[in-house]
Formats: sequence, structure tokens, C-alpha cells
Amino acid sequence: MSRKSFPGCFSRMTWKKHFFKETCCQCGASDTEIQNEELEERGKGRKRKKKNENKRVIVSNLPFGSKKWKENPNRYYDTNEIKTTKYTIITFLPKNIYEQFHRFANIYFVFIALLNFVPVVNAFQPEVSVIPICAIMVITAIKDAWEDFRRYKLDKEINHMGCYIYSREEHAYMEKCWKDVRVGDFVQLQCNEIVPADILLLHSSDQNGICHLETANLDGETNLKQRRVVMGFSSQDTVFEPEFFQNTIICEMPNNDLNKFKGYMEQPNHEQVGLNIENLLLRGCTIRNTEAAVGIVIYAGHETKAMLNNSGPRYKRSRIEQRMNRDIFSCVGLLFVMCLVGAVGHGIWTGKFWEHPPYDVPDWNGNFVAPVLAGFYMFLTMIILLQILIPISLYVSIELVKLGQVFLIHNDIDLYDEEADLPIQCRTLTITEDLGQIQYIFSDKTGTLTENKMVFRRCTVDGIEFSHQENDRRLKTQRELDLEDFAKLQHFTLPPMSLERPATYKPSTVRPLRRCQSDRAHSKGHTRSRSVGRRDSSQSQVAFSSPIEKDVTPDSRLLRRVREAALQTESFSPFLHMKTSTSFTDFFLALAICNTVLVSTATEPRQRVTIPPPIKPSGITLEKIHQIFQRLKLASLSQSFSSSQSSSQLGATFSAKSTEEPLAVLESCDNDNDGSAGSGGQELQDKGSTEIGTASLDEVFRSATNASLPADFCYEAESPDEAALVYAAQAYGFVLVSRTPEQVTVQLPQGTLLTFDILYTLGFDSVRKRMSVVVRHPLTREIVVYTKGADSVIMDLLDNSSKGDISSDKRMKRIKERTQKHLDYYAHDGLRTLCIAKKVLNEDDFQKWANFRREAEAAIDNREELLIETAQHLETKLTLLGATGIEDRLQEGVPDTIVSLREAGIKIWVLTGDKQETAVNIAYSCKLLNQRDTVFTINTENKETCESLLNLTLEEVKKNYECNKPRRKFFGIIPTSLPSPEAPSPEFGLVLDGRTLSTIFQAGLEEKLLELARHCRSVLCCRSTPLQKSMVVKLVRRQLKAMTLSIGDGANDVSMIQAADVGIGISGQEGMQAVMASDFAISRFKHLKKLLLVHGHWCYARLAKMVIYFFYKNVCYVNLLFWYQFFCGFSGSTMLDYWQMIFFNLFFTSVPPLLFGVLDKDVSAETLLRLPELYKSGQNSEIYNLSAFIITMLDAFYQSLICFFVPYLMYKDSDMDVFSFGNPINTIALLTILLHQALEMKTWTVLQLVTMLCSVALYLIFSVTYNAACLLCNPPTNPYWIMERQLKDPTFYLLCLITPVIALLPRFFIFALRGTLGASLVLRAQHVEKLPKEQQDLEIQKLRSRKEAASSAPVASPASNDDLDQSISHLCVSPFLHPAAALSPRDTENLGVSAPNPLGRRTYEEGYYFFNRWAEEESAAADSSSGPSSGHHPLVASREAAPGQDGNYLKSFNYHRRSVSSVTL
Amino acid sequence: MKNKTSVVPREGEAQPSRCPDNSAFKQQRLPAWKPQLTIGSVLSSFFLTGAFCLTVGVCLVLSANSVREVQIDYSDKCSNCSKLRENSSNWNKECHCSINFTLKEDILGDVFMYYGLQNFYQNHRRYVKSRSDAQLLGRNVNIQRSYCAPFSTYRNGTPMAPCGAIANSMFNDTIDLFYNYNSSMIQVPLLKTGNSWWTDKNVKFRNPESSNLSAAFAGTARPPYWQKPAYLLDEEDERNNGYVNDDFIIWMRVSAFATFRNLYRRLRRVRRFAEGLPAGNYTFRISYNFPVTKFKGRKHVILSTVVWSGGSNPFLGIAYLVSGTAATLAGFVITAIHLKLRKKKTYFQKQ
Repeated sequence: MSRKSFPGCFSRMTWKKHFFKETCCQCGASDTEIQNEELEERGKGRKRKKKNENKRVIVSNLPFGSKKWKENPNRYYDTNEIKTTKYTIITFLPKNIYEQFHRFANIYFVFIALLNFVPVVNAFQPEVSVIPICAIMVITAIKDAWEDFRRYKLDKEINHMGCYIYSREEHAYMEKCWKDVRVGDFVQLQCNEIVPADILLLHSSDQNGICHLETANLDGETNLKQRRVVMGFSSQDTVFEPEFFQNTIICEMPNNDLNKFKGYMEQPNHEQVGLNIENLLLRGCTIRNTEAAVGIVIYAGHETKAMLNNSGPRYKRSRIEQRMNRDIFSCVGLLFVMCLVGAVGHGIWTGKFWEHPPYDVPDWNGNFVAPVLAGFYMFLTMIILLQILIPISLYVSIELVKLGQVFLIHNDIDLYDEEADLPIQCRTLTITEDLGQIQYIFSDKTGTLTENKMVFRRCTVDGIEFSHQENDRRLKTQRELDLEDFAKLQHFTLPPMSLERPATYKPSTVRPLRRCQSDRAHSKGHTRSRSVGRRDSSQSQVAFSSPIEKDVTPDSRLLRRVREAALQTESFSPFLHMKTSTSFTDFFLALAICNTVLVSTATEPRQRVTIPPPIKPSGITLEKIHQIFQRLKLASLSQSFSSSQSSSQLGATFSAKSTEEPLAVLESCDNDNDGSAGSGGQELQDKGSTEIGTASLDEVFRSATNASLPADFCYEAESPDEAALVYAAQAYGFVLVSRTPEQVTVQLPQGTLLTFDILYTLGFDSVRKRMSVVVRHPLTREIVVYTKGADSVIMDLLDNSSKGDISSDKRMKRIKERTQKHLDYYAHDGLRTLCIAKKVLNEDDFQKWANFRREAEAAIDNREELLIETAQHLETKLTLLGATGIEDRLQEGVPDTIVSLREAGIKIWVLTGDKQETAVNIAYSCKLLNQRDTVFTINTENKETCESLLNLTLEEVKKNYECNKPRRKFFGIIPTSLPSPEAPSPEFGLVLDGRTLSTIFQAGLEEKLLELARHCRSVLCCRSTPLQKSMVVKLVRRQLKAMTLSIGDGANDVSMIQAADVGIGISGQEGMQAVMASDFAISRFKHLKKLLLVHGHWCYARLAKMVIYFFYKNVCYVNLLFWYQFFCGFSGSTMLDYWQMIFFNLFFTSVPPLLFGVLDKDVSAETLLRLPELYKSGQNSEIYNLSAFIITMLDAFYQSLICFFVPYLMYKDSDMDVFSFGNPINTIALLTILLHQALEMKTWTVLQLVTMLCSVALYLIFSVTYNAACLLCNPPTNPYWIMERQLKDPTFYLLCLITPVIALLPRFFIFALRGTLGASLVLRAQHVEKLPKEQQDLEIQKLRSRKEAASSAPVASPASNDDLDQSISHLCVSPFLHPAAALSPRDTENLGVSAPNPLGRRTYEEGYYFFNRWAEEESAAADSSSGPSSGHHPLVASREAAPGQDGNYLKSFNYHRRSVSSVTL
Repeated sequence: MKNKTSVVPREGEAQPSRCPDNSAFKQQRLPAWKPQLTIGSVLSSFFLTGAFCLTVGVCLVLSANSVREVQIDYSDKCSNCSKLRENSSNWNKECHCSINFTLKEDILGDVFMYYGLQNFYQNHRRYVKSRSDAQLLGRNVNIQRSYCAPFSTYRNGTPMAPCGAIANSMFNDTIDLFYNYNSSMIQVPLLKTGNSWWTDKNVKFRNPESSNLSAAFAGTARPPYWQKPAYLLDEEDERNNGYVNDDFIIWMRVSAFATFRNLYRRLRRVRRFAEGLPAGNYTFRISYNFPVTKFKGRKHVILSTVVWSGGSNPFLGIAYLVSGTAATLAGFVITAIHLKLRKKKTYFQKQ
């Protein structure tokens, strides 16, 4: 039933399939001679191989051995040795340099370094000027080398893992390394071993030729997959002899599709056997429950599907980097201007002289160049001189800082999920700061907002609804219990809990299998980009069986009916199965049977229960028992059947109600028939019966089921829905005991076991949206088809043909109608609905169909389509049994997270494949929509209608918006004024479905949609396909130029995750595809809150400030040189020693900004979480935008002017020499630049202090030693002993003191003004942090309320403030609260009035016709335009009047939910 | 980070949790000082800075004012000589001129005599580079490949000693100071050594090793603009000759700006001049050799004393005074803004 079991790229897959079909057809058609020729040709040369690229031919390696290796056609295929390293020791240098030159900046700097070798233009000593670029490149190279080395080590580890390969010399399987495995080798695998390559299964120790495979490492699905031995090989009972294998395997070329494999095996007698994915063991998977398996290697090493799927980390460019690149170009412009000034200045200066002065030195040959040429040369010289205006170290610094940021995010304990033992995984290292700028979040629903833990909530059988109120109650308490448990967990009191619930909380120390190990090893090999394997706690082993899902409290009414029905079935099934009550039995039988759930026992989770437990020796004996039973019952106990009080359990019935005699007979029969073997179950039943006596029904039932079960069964299902249904059936006594491909055994409420022969299982697919099981009923020998699927599909497939019996026809119709009504209610309640139906086939029809099916299965081409077709053929004329409603519970903390994110100014869209009603309800319950909101629903397939609807809605929204706008401003001033009763809620919600979306895309109405969506608080897209999801994301991203984030957990979210700027995968239960495609992988939706609000904010603030600082630093420093040009005739002369210049950037001022970029915190995490509005600073790019850049540039100019001209004016007309003048300037610049950094720093830890001081100390130490030691280090410039002399000079100190003060005074002044006045929210938050705890709460509340009152945009509704409001309300009654909140007393009254009948407000009829005008207009439009769309309600605008205080909202909503069910009953 | 735990756990060994360490660093909870710009700290910082700067500024200005300085521009006063020097063919002709001046009051303490040049771009890039430090260290280097070009060798291959444009254009005026005392001219005793940095004289500059100086410079020629070879720079003092000549060393320390002064002589405080220069009439006797007119340059001779805070330039003191004032003003501005806004604030709070 897994909605997501099909990858998002469905269309692509089908295309591929067709493509392959063609090629495959060719090779299938061509006769074997040609193939043999081809085979020989392949051997001749590699070039030939290219010819037939679309298939691969594999033969056994054994005949070739080591001598004739050259004749082996397999020798061209990749070996199993994997090498994910980019470089080898030899190629590292050239390759790495080549890679680095892909970066534009590096080319630029190398060009400049080379330019410096041209004598006429050189500004520095050429040899020295190469140092900076070399340093940068060396650092980058070291980083690359380290990463590559790590990869190398992991590769080595994997390559040296052992496996058994058949050796011809030894005639046995010998242990070899993974890397020695070659295509064509025979590999023997044992249980729990990891598959080393893609292997075609030829032999399995299982007698049915089945091998169980755990693919969790590949797709994250925890259930076991079955793989079959290739047809023809399975029949061999003897040991598989590789040496006799003479077949040729022809298959497709390696590809990355994990779910497809095509090929055929040709036997020496030219017979062909089709191969598919069922026969392939994929590299990285683990063999389970199979003692040994043998196969031939098909793909090895990098050609395996697992490796082809591993694309490695992606490189994304963050928004800051994009802006940075732009600013770098403006820096280039600045550089150009400055160089031009220098060039022109030099030309003029040179032209001034009518005779060359002695200081104008001619060139090498004694010639002087013309002023124009001199100017041109000077231009080049100036480029060299001012090159560091382009921040050379910025790229490397950013990379380092991001590494640090990722490290800290990864290590955040708050983002660690204890249950799954998973910290956050950062798969992309380059976009941490994008997390701080998100404007739109696109979220999947199932598994992302919800837990994807399905809980059976209610069902309808035969048109009768069973509300399961007890179950509701249990769930509620369970939830509370859960929270308590969580608290307990946090206090590390595990033991009592594990006692309480042994199944789920099997503590992680006890692990039946070394699953973790395999995960680990695997994750290194194939999916190294994802940091670590999957969750490996016991949780995954009993995947979908937390007690919430497992223990379903049965509905007493239903229970009673079931019991009745069961009894009747027992007795009259051959004759009276059309009676009403049988549909109850059928319903639960269907729940238990119609699935692909695997059974295991709690004690041995991975040990499949394939043989029914000892209660039942064999099916035949059971039947005998039944026959005896029935005879007995018919003979003696007719009276008890009429009694509605009769117990559900047969044993109990007998003991409690009837005489002892029949039981004795039964027992004797039993014993006679199968001796001691059968007595176990009977004993249990006896025990149950004696204990119970006359206890209440429920108790009887419960104890009976518990007692009769040999052990606690664990069910592992492909989708959680299935498991939930099986558990529900279990609650009613229909226990799924075992399942093999051929048989399924169910224990009936009476304790008897029925073994159905499974004739066919028609699996779920997204086209049919249903699955079916064809079984033969063991008692009636009837062939029954049980089908379950989406209601929309099943309802259409029901048997409508009248059978002449009018009453039964009517009844069926009535049941159908009522069931449909119930289904609507379920959906409305946010439940996932499934319909259960059955069909009885007669033998002839079945045989006909079976033939058809067999053909389809045997078909090589077109098989998929044929299979679907046959399945569809069978699933018709069904009889409706009932429907179920399963709740997908919201994840913990989802509403809170959504509220916080919305307060942070992020718009949240939910894109789901689910039904509209379900989605809308989930949206309400997770506070995505508010009860007060006006929700527009647009469902249409017609373009014109769609357009007019959009226009209308837009008009309405704008009207509302405009009339609200001035009022809200008005509130800002006089918040006590009452809002008009007409429009208390300015918020809008928009609900679309997939068809509407595609209509919008087709009709080109995207802009209208976006405009509408911009005014809406949230947008819901239901029933949308993966493609539509990604289209919506792309639309918003491109058209609105907004920063988008996608979050999802399933394969259907992959395209959406990839389309967004930031993709987040939830490493939940639905597999790893989403995680593999994501940039960050978290395990809970609630982690998003801290990830965005705290880490996002920090990363953005840190990086933005750091980038700005780098620009500042370089401009400020370089300008010192520029100003000097005005005093040296624009000759390109420098007053700074070049070494000191290099070191200035490399060492003295590099570490503090790096540390700043990693560690600075402008606001603490707690405040950020409590005041989500702080996030907006990142959203609006407040820290790093154009104005910030310009201001910084101006400040840099000012500071450099000061740093230059204060010393200049001081030393003017003195006997200062060039370098003695440069030395104080260098010192001053260092101090100024560091102090500037210090001003920016908001957090001073020891680390920051130490690096700051170290930077200054390092500078001094370096300068002193350099000036003392270097006499001829850097000829002809020679700063010998300058530093020492100046350190003795008091004016040097005075100068170094005053200049930074003057330089930073304006900045500090602005800072002081802003800081003390609290100009921005961030600054105020910083102030608040200093306050004591209680005051903090008060202040934060004040900030929030003021924000709300002041902002003209509808930012945060007070709904968001729930938690805080409550905690604070006793402290503060602020008049700044939202106007609606100010009305609280009256509204609470309103609530009291409306509460008794909230349903009336929410019923569909009213909702549909609430906006009468629109409805009319719409119908008119629909009539005029086209027919088909008028069938449904294209626009539903349901406006909910505000029930008032938001704290009460949830309660009222819950209440409302319950009332729905009470009405239906 | 990813793949952090690279060790494969063995069978039976408990899997280490992937839970991140709860350490202060990793959780970003290091104890930190968060400087806060409160009104108190801001105002006190402004006013303290202001007060400090003003105090230091006053001290500096006072000390700079105590400096006595006499500066005489002699480029025009010796117009005949300057005209003579305009024609480079007359380079060998001697030209003398005298400049009289009067000191109205005594210049007490150490008196330094500087020559000043205006518009002489010693800091020109190619000029700055045009030297060979190795040669000046007395090493026998092939200056052909040094930065001295084109002032490294003559056409016939004779290397110049010292080479390079800086050395070639060395200032070669001779300035003597006479005190007119009772119509008699007393030559003021001046020291020509000890003017350069000790490290320059003893470490950075070395004559080539040889028995005597002229032998050491054998095989080399004087730079084209020089009138006499390097070993005859100071014929009176052997230790002040060749590369270690103080005037030469000082000239080789290229100045930072086009207008500069270089220390030429120091007053030898003996006899009449023990206290400094007494008030009275003085005469500079200048042997005018250095041509400046062709680049519109000017030459000065300067007599000046020195205090702890440097020379006569009062800029540093002014800078302190100005920034002190600015800081104080800023403090007042902030106070004013806050006083004005406090009313509004209370208004808000009352609401």
C-alpha cells in the first residue's frame, strides 16, 4: 500500500524501459549464432566492445582459468575494486592544480604573479609575489589531499573485505577480498553477509529457491525482500556445481535503477530464461534468513547499481556567495578605476619634466619611455600592486569557515534523535548560510509533518460505522504516556520503561543481529556521501510496531458482531456465506490476509515465521478438526448460536455455556487425530476458558487472544498502513500467524487456524492504487479475491450489475452510499482511508485468468504492462466489505515548529499526494491553517474557470487586504479599538489540487497563482505528483526569486528536494532516497526549528559578517598603498615590506575572522528560539546587502585614509625613510583591522581573546625578528632594524594609539547610537539577554507584541504565542497583543455558545455554499465553458468565524472531531 | 563530520552512540563575555577617551612648541650657482655662496643641522630599487645582475662603486656654519659622524675587505655624477670613508616623501657652543654642487632641536586634541539624543 514505493522519476523509468525493450528485443530476436559471433568479437578488442554498448554478455570465468584469461570475454568489465579517490600520488599534483584553476580567482592571481615577472611592470620581487597564490593553493591542495586520503582509506577497508569465490583449482569456495571479485565469478554468500557485487542468484539453501535480502543500506526500507533463484535452477535440489554452468547471460548495461534489471540467460541448448530484478542480489545488501546462496557476478565495482546510485556530495552555491561574486566584480571595477588613476597620474607626472630628474631612473638600457607608455606600464604595475583588493583568501576562508559551521551543526545535541541514534547529517558543505535566509518552505505531509506511524482509528463494515471510542481514549493516554516516557528517557531512567514495553524499547545494547556493522561497512562503500548508515536501534527491527499501533482496543459493538459472525461462519460457511454477518469475518480476514506483511516473533525478530507454530501440525488435520467441530455443533448446540451473548471464543463458549460433554468429545477427537502435537493450543484454550468464567466480554476476549498466541508476533510491512491493519485484525482475533509465498495462516477468534493457499498476490502499484490477494478458502474451497485500495478506485470497481434480487441490490447500494459517507467523514477527520472488497471466483474463470496471468509473467517484453493489465482484469465486480480509517499522527512538536517558522516570516506550503480533506485537516491540526482563516479551495480542470476563479479570489483577497491594512496601522496607534466584526481574520489559506495545478501550469496562470499565494498565509497542494511538486518549487524559486527549502522523507519528494535551494531529507521510515538527494538530513520535523532559527541565523550572520569583513580588510589595507601613490609620483612604490604585506593577510589577520565565522553568536540560541522574528534579518539579507557593502567600502576608504594620513601628516617633512614610514602604518592598519573585528564580535570566548592577542603578538614577534635577522632577505628593500628603533620611540606608540581611535570613532559612534537605542530587533534581543530570567520573559513578550502591532504585514497571529502566552499571561497583560486577543472575554463567551454545535459550521454543505455569489458565478462560468468540470465544486471558500482565544482552539477542534463521529452514529 | 567513526565495530562490541558530545565547545556554550553597548558603558568610553586624548594632546603640543627651528631656503639665494649647475657640462666647476641669518634667541640643547630637499622623489619605485645592498655590505658581487641598472657599469665594463641611481644622485653640497662674533667669523664646530643609525654604520654598510681603502675600491669607478671616488668621501677620517661614510649612509636611506630632510651635521657642544647656539648672526657657507632646478626642486638648510616627541611638527598633538574633542562631543550628542528620546520611551511604556 505504500504510496511512495515508486520513485518519483516514474516517467523517466518508463522511458528507459521502452528504450531497453527495443534493444532487448533485438538481441532476443537475433539467433544465437550472431550472438556467438558477437561474443567472439568482444574478445578481439576493446574497440569492438563499444559497438554493442546496450547489452553485456557474461559467461562463467571457470573454463578460462588463469591461463586462458585473455580469451575471457568478461575481462573488460570493471573489477570489484572500488576507487572513489580523485587522485593518486602521481596524478595528485597536476590534477589538483588543474582542478584549482577551474576557479576564476586562482587564474587571476596566477596571471598577476606571472605579470610580476615582466621587468617593466613588476611591483614586487617576482619570486616573492608567487607566495600568496602558492600558499592559497597549497592550503586547498592539503585539504583536498586529506579528503582524498580519507576516501582512500575507506576504499581500502571495503576492498579488503572477505567473501567466498569458487576456485577451479581447489574445487571449492575460497576466501578472497572483495576487490578480487570479477564479473563471471561464482560467489557464495552466507547469512548476514554483505553482498560484494551485483550477483545473479543461482542457488539458495532455501528449498523454494528464495533468498531474503535486506536492502536497508540501499533504500532504507527495513523489511526483507525476497529474491528468487533464476528459473530452472530453483528446481535443482542438489548442490549447485559452478563448473557445470555453461550458460551465457545477456543483460542490460550497468545503470543506476535499483528497481529494474532486465536480461536473459541462454542455455547451451539455446533455451532462454528471462531474468529480472527478482534474481539479482545488489551490492551492499545483506543476506538474511538464508544459510547460503550462490550466484554469478554480473556487475562489479563501480558498475554495480549501488555505486552508480552514489553520486557523491553536490556542490551548491549559496546566495551569499552569489552576491559575493557580484561584489568581487565591483571590486574589480574599483581596482580598474584605481589603476587608471595611477596610470593617468603617472603619465602626467612623467610628462611634467622637461629634463629627466636624477630620481627618474631610466630602464635597463638607459632609455626613458614616453609618458603614455609609462602610464600604460604603470597600469599593469598598479594591478599587481593592488591585487589583493580582490580578497584572495576569501574563498579558502569561506570554505574553512563552512567546514567549521557544518561541524558545529553536526554536533548539535539538540538535532540528535535519540530514538534513531542519528545526528543531523550535513551532506552539502557549502550552503550552511542559506539556512538563515529561507523564505519559503515546501513540505511533504506524510512522514514529514506526520509520524508515518499509522494507527487504526475506525472502520465501517457493511455500512455501519464503528467509532472505536475506547481506542481513542487509549491513544490519548498513550500519548501522554509517551511524553512521560520521553521525559524519563531524558533523565536516563530506561530500565523501568523497558520493563513496561519490552517490544519497542529493547534497549540498544541488546541487538539480535549486527545490523549496525553491516550498515556501517556499507555506508562507507557505496553511500559515503551520506555520513552514516541508517538507524540501527531495535526500533527498526520491529519497524512499525510501537504499542500505539500494536494494541488496538476493539470497539465493543463491533467485537460483538464479529463474534457472532465468526460463529456463524464456523458453522454455516459452506451454505450461508452470503449472509450479512459474514462480511464482518471477511472484512477482518481481508485485513489479515490482503497484504505482504511478514511475520516474525518478538523473541527472534529476524526469524521468519514461515511454518505455522506447533499448535497446528498441518492444514489437513485442522480441517478434520473443523469437520468434527461442525458436526458436533450442528448436532447439539443450535441454541447457543441464537444467543447474542455467546463468546467469541469457541473454547470459552463451550466451557461457559454448554455442557462438558462436547468439549470432551472434541478433546478426544483432537487427541486421537494428532496426538500430543495438537494439544498445546487446546491446553491454552482450556486455560483461557477456566480462567475467564463469567467475566465481561472484553476481558474474555482479550485474555483469550493473549493466551492463545504462542508468542508476540511482530509484523513487518512495506508500508505502515498495512501493519496497522494487521494489528487491527489481530485485535479482533484474526491473527496473522505466518506467511509464506504459498500459504498464509490466520488464527480465528475461536483459536482455530485457517491456512489459505495463496494463489496470486497482485502487489500494490501507483497506477492501480490497490492490491489484491487471490486465495483458496481452506473450508469452502472457494477462490476468493481480497482487494484493498484507495476508495476512489475501489468504489468504481464495485459490482453494479443487478442480479435480479432487488432487495440485495438495494442493500448493496445503501451500503455503498453509507460507506462513502463514512469515508468522507474519515477524510474530513484527517484519516487515511482504505476500502476493502472481495470477490468470489469460480474455478473456470480463475483458471482462465491464471493462464492469462502466467503468460504475462513469462513475457519478456512488456511484462509490466501485461501484469498490470491482468491485475486490472481480475479486480472488477467487487463486493464492498468495508473501509478503514487510519490516523497518521502528527509528529511531536510539529505545530510549535510551524508556528515558530511562520513567526520567523517563512511561508510554508504543503505539497502532498494525499487527499484534499485529509491534507486540510492535518493543516488545521498542525496550525498551518487557523480556524479563523479564510480558506479558498480551487478545484477545476478547466482553464477559463481556473482563470476566472483566480481573478475572483485575488480580487477578494486584495479587497480584504486593503481594507485591513489601514485598520491595522490604526491599531498600532490605538490598539484598544475594537476590530470590526466583519473581518476579524486577515489571513488566507489556499488549497489546490493536482489537477488544478496542472491546469494552471498549462494555461500559464502561474503569475496569478503566485500573486494570490503571496497574499496567503499558507498554501496546500493536494493530490500532487512529484513532478508537480518540483514545478511548484521551481516556480516560486524562479519567479519570486525567493529562497526556498524543501523537506520531505519519501522517494516522491526527491524531485522537490532537488529543485529547492536547500533540500532537507527526513531520515524516517520511508527509505533513504530523500536523504540521498538532500543537503541536510534530519530525523524529525521539529529539528527544523533549531536548524533554521538558530543555526541558520548564526551561519548567515557569521558568514555575512565575515565576507563583509574580508572586503573591508582588503580594501582598507590596499588603499594604504594607493594613497601612497599620490606621494611617490604614481610610480607604484610601496612603503611596506612585501613580506610583511604577505604575512599580514596570511597570518596576522586571518585567524580572528575565521574564528569569528565559526563561533560568533550575535544572539543566544534560547533567545533566537523564543523570538523567531529575529530570523527575518537573514531573510531580508540585512547583514550583507548592497547598502551594507557600500557602507563598508566607504568605511574602509575612510579608515585607510586615516591610517595613512595621520602618519603622513605626522612624518611629513621629516627625515623619515620609506620603510620607517611604512612600519607604523602597517602596525596601525593591523590594530585598526583587528579592533574593527573586535567591534563586530558579539561573543568573546577565551578562543577569540587568545587569537586576537596572538595575532598582535605574532605580528610584533615577526616584525622584530624579521627586521633584525634579515639583512639581505628581500633585496633591494631592506627594513633592517626599523621595528627595533621605532619600538624605542614614544611617538610610535602615541601614533599607534590615536590612529585606530580616530579610524574607528565614527563606526563606534554609530554602533553606540544604534546599540543604546535598540534600533534593530537583534540589538534589543541582545539587551534582553542581559536581563534576569523573569524580566527576559516580560521583555520578549513586549518585543513580540510591539512587533505585531507595528508591522503592517500579517506576520504572526497570536495563535503562535500559545505556549508563551500561557506561561506569561500571569506576568503580563499587554495591550499590544493582537486585537483579537484583546477581545478575549467576549470571544470566550462566543466559544461557549458555539461549542455545542461546531459541526454545523463545518459541514460541507455550508462550506460549499458559504460564498453564494462565487458559487453562482462559478457555475455560470462552468456552464458556459465546459461540462466535465461542473461536476464537482471548483471553488470552495469556507470562512470560519473566529472562535476566539487560540488556546481554546485546539480543544474546540478536538471536540468538533468527536462530535462528527457521534453524529454519524 | 561525516565518516568520523571509521572503525568498524567488531562482533559483540557495543555500538558507540552517534550522539554528539555534550561538550561546551561543540554545543557552542563556551563561557563568553558579551560586551553590551549600554548607555553607561558607551558614554563612559566616549568621555574617558576624550579626556585622555585631550590630556595627551596638550602635552604633545606643548612639547612640540618648545622645539626651536630655523629653516633657510638657499636654492634661490645662490642663483648664480644654480644657473651654473643647470648646465651639466660645468659639473667640475666649484661654486660657493654664503647665506647670512640671525638668531634672535639662543637655541639651547642639541642642535641638529639638516639639509632639506623639496620635490625630490626619492621614493620613486625604480629609484628606491636602484641599489645593491650586497655591494654595500662590502661583498664582491656581480652588480651587473643587480637592480642597479643602468647605473651598474660603464660601457667599458667597469663596475660603479657604489652602484645604482640612489648612490649616483647623492647630495653633495657642503655646508659650513659660521658664527659672526664681534665681526669675526668663528666656525661652529659640527660633528659629521654619529649621525646615521648605529646598525647601518656597523652592520648594514661595510667597506670591502682590503689593506687600504683605495685598494679595496680598485677596479671600480665612481658613479658618473660623483666628483670623487667613494674612498675619498671623507679624507680626514678613515672610519668615515667609503661605504661607511655617514653622509652616504644617510642618503642611501631613501626618504618617504618628495619633500624631506636629512640629518647633515650635529652641533659639537664645546666651548662657546656648549649650551647650544647662542643668539647672534650666522653665516652658512655652501659649496653648491647639487642641481635642483631641472626638476623644480628646492634646497634648504635647517637648524633644529629635538624633543622626546620628535621634531617641530605639532601634528600629533593636534590630532590628539581633535580626536579628544570629537569623542567628547560624540558623548554629548549621545547624551542629548537619549535625553530627548527618553520622553518618548516613557510615553511608549505608559501605553
